[in-house]
Amino acid sequence: MSPDNKEYGRSGRTPEPDATWREVPIGGVLPWGGNAAEYETGDWRSMRPVYDPEVCIQCRLCWVYCPDSAVEVNEDGEVTGINYYHCKGCGICSAECPRDGAMEMEPEKAEE
Amino acid sequence: MSTATQSERVALTGNEAAATAMRQINPDVVAAYPITPQTEIVQMFSNFVADGDVHTEFVRVESEHSAMSAVIASAASGARSMTATSANGLALMWEMLYIAASYRMPIVMPVVNRALSGPINIHCDHSDSMGARDSGWIQLYSENAQEAYDNIIQAVRIGEHPDVRLPVMVCQDGFIISHAMDNLYVLPDEDVQAFIGEGGGQEHSLLDVDNPATFGPLDLQNWYFEHKRQQVEGMKNAHRVIPEVAREFADVSGRSYDFFEEYRTEDADVVVVVLGSTAGTAKDVVDAMRADGHKVGLVKIRVFRPLPADKLVESLLSRSAVAIMDRSDTFSSAGGPVYHAVRHALYDVDERPPVSNYIYGLGGRDIRPSQIRRVFEETLEVARTGQRSRSISYLGVRE
Ligand code: SF4
Ligand code: SF4
Repeated sequence: MSPDNKEYGRSGRTPEPDATWREVPIGGVLPWGGNAAEYETGDWRSMRPVYDPEVCIQCRLCWVYCPDSAVEVNEDGEVTGINYYHCKGCGICSAECPRDGAMEMEPEKAEE
Repeated sequence: MSTATQSERVALTGNEAAATAMRQINPDVVAAYPITPQTEIVQMFSNFVADGDVHTEFVRVESEHSAMSAVIASAASGARSMTATSANGLALMWEMLYIAASYRMPIVMPVVNRALSGPINIHCDHSDSMGARDSGWIQLYSENAQEAYDNIIQAVRIGEHPDVRLPVMVCQDGFIISHAMDNLYVLPDEDVQAFIGEGGGQEHSLLDVDNPATFGPLDLQNWYFEHKRQQVEGMKNAHRVIPEVAREFADVSGRSYDFFEEYRTEDADVVVVVLGSTAGTAKDVVDAMRADGHKVGLVKIRVFRPLPADKLVESLLSRSAVAIMDRSDTFSSAGGPVYHAVRHALYDVDERPPVSNYIYGLGGRDIRPSQIRRVFEETLEVARTGQRSRSISYLGVRE
């Protein structure tokens, strides 16, 4: 998984960014659901959680507490990493993690 | 409650007339909170609900903010939704009024006009609805219980029209109309139902799980302006839809409505512009002054939002002088809201008449025929001399 995966991004359903007032849906209604996933909230982050599967004991507390469903799990419910497209860097996962080094917060680097 | 099968002449107060219109509309959802002088409307309506006269889901909310929030949500689900309020109740809805309009929810809301506190006062003026004039709602003003009844029924069709899709306030003067017994004609229930149709007026429904839609998403720099421009278009389209609905309503009821009523204005040198119950008193004054040989007339505004600016200009431009009566102030120290609107509309005309402003009746202060006569006489003097002694007067305040 790429660290900043953009696969949640524009689905092609939202109007083009240069759509006129005659073309955008009336009243701001989006005629589909579940589009919060398309909105990138990860670009607010100043700190990022870094996951280390070697240290993790799979207690899932980070997954339970993450307010943004940004802790990713596999089909068996095991933590696999962080979805940085949505992760806001609040640090709750790291604070709740019982294992030193399994979910550590690190400063975001300036964009290259 | 008996159900009418033919147009009946009945004695009802303005509040009873509004509640009757709501019963005949039989909305899917009503969420409301009591406030004087509107309380009777929702109290009577809750009786209709309890008696099984309507199928309405009646939501007893804990505040007007919740009432407006609830009807926004129910309108978003495609349900025909109504509420009613007055004064500080309308003020408590403020935040949600803008949301109702910008989400394009065709909610119909009787507003029983009452002075906005403070100092606290429960009687009529237009400070409540005039304060909300820029919230994006269509506003209809009523002279009496008949007009309140007729306007509420037409409001359903106006607001739900696919080219409009805006909420509508139907204003009537607190106590003066709401609590006074009036003679009016009430349509048969089935005529009202046939007139308003199935409706709901929504393209997408919150409850249509097979076709999910998102209402009220974040709308930042790249979209908000486009949605506001759309909202203006809805208001512009109302200029076409309001007379269409009025024509159909006239076919059903025999009663005609326009953006404003012109009373004895044909050859009038002086015209006074007014809205609400004061128009009734002013018509008597016009009759009396006509009998004395004065060429005076009255324009009673029914539709204040959208503002029928071009039509008002057409009606007023050839007058020698015009006076605007406002039952609220803007505290701009530059006149009342109707004055601002009408005088602004006249600016595009080169040969425009002088326009003066009379602010009257605040907090339910009585407006007497003698005072309205003074307005006409002073305006006739302006017409003779072309000179206004002052542009803004406070009529009936102790100086
Ligand atoms: S930092 Fe906050 S948002 Fe990001 S994964 Fe951890 S708990 Fe979720
Ligand atoms: S809280 Fe820490 S140890 Fe528990 S699953 Fe998350 S990363 Fe692993």
